[in-house]
Amino acid sequence: MLTTDYDPACLPDLLPLYYRRLFPYSQYFRWLSYGGVSKNYFQNREFSFTLKDDIYVRYQSFSTQSDLEKEMQKMNPYKIDIGAVYSHRPSQHNTVKSGTFQALEKELVFDIDMTDYDDVRSCCSAADICSKCWTLMTIAIRILDRALREDFGFHHLLWVYSGRRGVHCWVCDEAARKLSVAARSAVAEYLSLVKGGEETVKKVVLSDPIHPFISQSLHVVEHYFPQYALVEQDLLGSKASVDKVLSLLPEDILYELLNTYQTEKNPVKRWEHLRSAAHQKRTTSKKGAQYFDKEIMLQYCYPRLDVNVSKGVNHLLKSPFSVHPKTGRISVPIDLKNLDKFDPFEVPTISLICEELDKPLANEEEDIKDKENETEPGERRRIRDYKQTSLAKYVKLFDHFLDAMGRSRKGEMLKKSDLQKEF
Amino acid sequence: MSPRDNTWLRLARFFVGDRTGKIIMQFLGRKKKVTLNQQNELYGHCLQFYCQPPLENISLNEFEGFAVDRLKLLKTVENLGVSYVKTSEEYKTKLHTEFSNLGFPHKVGADESSSNKNQAGSTEYEKRRKDHISHFILRLAYCQTEDLRRWFIQQEMDLFRYRFSELKSQYKTDFLHKNNLKYDTISDEEKTNLKDQLINSSFSVSGTTVAEQDFYKVPFQDALDLVRTRKVFLKAGYAYIPHQDIVTIVLNDFRTRLSKALALTARSLPAVQSDERLQPLLNHLSHAYVGQDYSIQKNVGKVSLEQIDQLSAKSFPLCMRQLHKALRENHHLRHGGRMQYGLFLKGIGLTLDQALQFWRSEFVKGKVDTDKFDKAYAYSIRHMFGKEGKRTDYTPYSCMKVILSNPPSQGDYHGCPFRHSDPELLKQKLQSYKLSPGGIVQILDLVKGMHYQLACQKYFELTHNIDDAGFSLNHPNQYFIESQKFLGGGKEVKKEAEIPQKGQENTASNVPSVPPSRQRTTTQAVDDMGDLDSYFLDE
Repeated sequence: MLTTDYDPACLPDLLPLYYRRLFPYSQYFRWLSYGGVSKNYFQNREFSFTLKDDIYVRYQSFSTQSDLEKEMQKMNPYKIDIGAVYSHRPSQHNTVKSGTFQALEKELVFDIDMTDYDDVRSCCSAADICSKCWTLMTIAIRILDRALREDFGFHHLLWVYSGRRGVHCWVCDEAARKLSVAARSAVAEYLSLVKGGEETVKKVVLSDPIHPFISQSLHVVEHYFPQYALVEQDLLGSKASVDKVLSLLPEDILYELLNTYQTEKNPVKRWEHLRSAAHQKRTTSKKGAQYFDKEIMLQYCYPRLDVNVSKGVNHLLKSPFSVHPKTGRISVPIDLKNLDKFDPFEVPTISLICEELDKPLANEEEDIKDKENETEPGERRRIRDYKQTSLAKYVKLFDHFLDAMGRSRKGEMLKKSDLQKEF
Repeated sequence: MSPRDNTWLRLARFFVGDRTGKIIMQFLGRKKKVTLNQQNELYGHCLQFYCQPPLENISLNEFEGFAVDRLKLLKTVENLGVSYVKTSEEYKTKLHTEFSNLGFPHKVGADESSSNKNQAGSTEYEKRRKDHISHFILRLAYCQTEDLRRWFIQQEMDLFRYRFSELKSQYKTDFLHKNNLKYDTISDEEKTNLKDQLINSSFSVSGTTVAEQDFYKVPFQDALDLVRTRKVFLKAGYAYIPHQDIVTIVLNDFRTRLSKALALTARSLPAVQSDERLQPLLNHLSHAYVGQDYSIQKNVGKVSLEQIDQLSAKSFPLCMRQLHKALRENHHLRHGGRMQYGLFLKGIGLTLDQALQFWRSEFVKGKVDTDKFDKAYAYSIRHMFGKEGKRTDYTPYSCMKVILSNPPSQGDYHGCPFRHSDPELLKQKLQSYKLSPGGIVQILDLVKGMHYQLACQKYFELTHNIDDAGFSLNHPNQYFIESQKFLGGGKEVKKEAEIPQKGQENTASNVPSVPPSRQRTTTQAVDDMGDLDSYFLDE
């Protein structure tokens, strides 16, 4: 067991090793080429590097995989961001007439950041996270993943841990990459339920009829709510927290519950009282929707999107497999099949995987192989290198994702050529 | 009265870029008599898709009159859209009145009263002709830049939505048929399978109506307005639209066509521009309603940083007062707040150096040190002043922009307090600012009726102790200027007509309209900048 702690001061020493021996270039290139269907798709893609001392370099672009490798190994960026596919090579954006250099396509992306939940989590605040509040990210992924697949019909969703306190989603379907700014913002708004800033107390308001998307989302929230909110966050335990919840209720219910809560201290039972009060109000009241129990659940658990990130075609987002300079953790794909088991604190840091590289191989046979292969070209050595580290399973996930995309691309092409044969 | 006369225009030649126009022109060349049938066909319905350009000859006077009237109409559409819900009775009534006053066709069926004179004195045929021609004239004036096009499309769409939804069902069908608009409907079986979802997706659908009405299945990209507001059922990338909401898809078609047509019109602009009679007129039209944008300041450097606290209490509108307070308290503002407040401060006369000093001195009191400030924030402030990136000199946000775009979310203090606050919190805030209970009630009533700018104007009147502000508020910087005028010069406000040498600024601030074009520039450019900014701040 390695016990390497990450120290940001070591980053300049670790990055060269990471980019030389571990970064999964071939998968990365395969991803952003999208089967080479559109010409210059990779070549016209903007990359942006953050270097030491927060120096950032925008509009980088590369003509080949080896070009990308060389540049990354030369610059050793602290952070890598991916931007749009442009009409021209981004590295030459100054040479084309202004106005003609335009962002054409990009994955539809979502950015969910734990800091946006500060008013509804009691365990941590700002950049801190813990296993308790991480449930919020799990809920967010479940809700958005379902909606993007079932409602919007997308198939190729890459969920990535941001490396610190949030998750990103890259929707890679061709249709998603071609969406207009208006369409992106419409999708993001469809998916946003929590509205309002610091001057708004009640941030979720439901009205009749409850849209199927909201019902589906509520199913997810209801599954996690008792354990997460009532037990772990102790939503109805402390006075301050109870007051906050009650401030979201209509006045008559508020007084009724305040009374009940004088004697009833058990949070789960307190919630039951609130629910039945809501239910009762719903059946007796004539005036409009009365869904405050649902509204509370959503306000405390529903995913909070940074809509602006999703809207813009040219908006940059941190790349998968980039390192987070503050935590040292790698931005790795998340396995949705084991989503509930995903633990951000288990995600390998750059120091860990670099150390794993130096660890003598347990298996002697492999050790011999290793020696035999020393003369092999870099690429194959690198594959063996990362397979030796904790990064391996995440690269494998990425491979699966790319395979699925490749298969459906092939299917599309077959369909097209079948159609042509008919004539 | 001959077409060669200097006061006459041949409309047809302006739309040569429009393929339909070209064909018809050639056609006309051979057979002149077709024109009348053509026109009757064209004006056979009170609403049209503007597929065919007008080909007749028209006098310069009429040309100008039509254009100005339509501009007035579009301007009304824009203003009403901010003050009222677009489906409300008030919105409809006011727009209806404007239609009658300006003599545009309205609420009349395809075959009714085509020869009846109405109050305004023109026949239905004349009105339809005016609708048709004026639309095409404004295309000429508004095709020139991206911003003008965006504004024009937006207003024409709102106009079309209103007119289409006012049609009786029979005329809607008739309209679809005439314009050859066909959309895929779903089978009864699919309807039965999806019944619950369809009912729960739209306010207008109930158990009985599912069976009765048609549902159209279109890619969700074609029904963005319904998707955005979650008013439609979505499955596997398709939107299932009840017949009742068909306006959405028709409108989508309308937008697509208009947008393409404008691009084509732009190509034939040289022909228009070579006509020296038209050039000034069209320019005038596209700029006629561009009001003050508060970007050019004659009082640059007249405000000192020490004055800001005091000014924020006396002369800032509530939105800026709120931002200022949040900044002083948290020593930080998020991107949306920095943009809204930073540009406002620029507008009241802060120089770049002052702005840098102002933001730096506040941010370093919080979690940001000087070094981090210079790296992560100074750039965006220089950007605001047009010193970085595209070097656009950004203009301060208007009320409309503050109210409509980029609503505040978690951690944000920007936006319009009248629009984006809980009424209860707003009430408390107004109480803490010592407004009279009666005044607060008036403000909250205006807020309830969604008259946010009027509510703000009432706030101005109450905080300045006057009965009537005497201006129509549409810009936070206008609020500031008016307040300063009031506090400083007393009655000077009323005398501005006598001091024209003071320039555009004073007079323009009294024009009750909001500049459509320049602000759109801001929006676009600011989005670009948002990228950069968030890039810095991403984790």
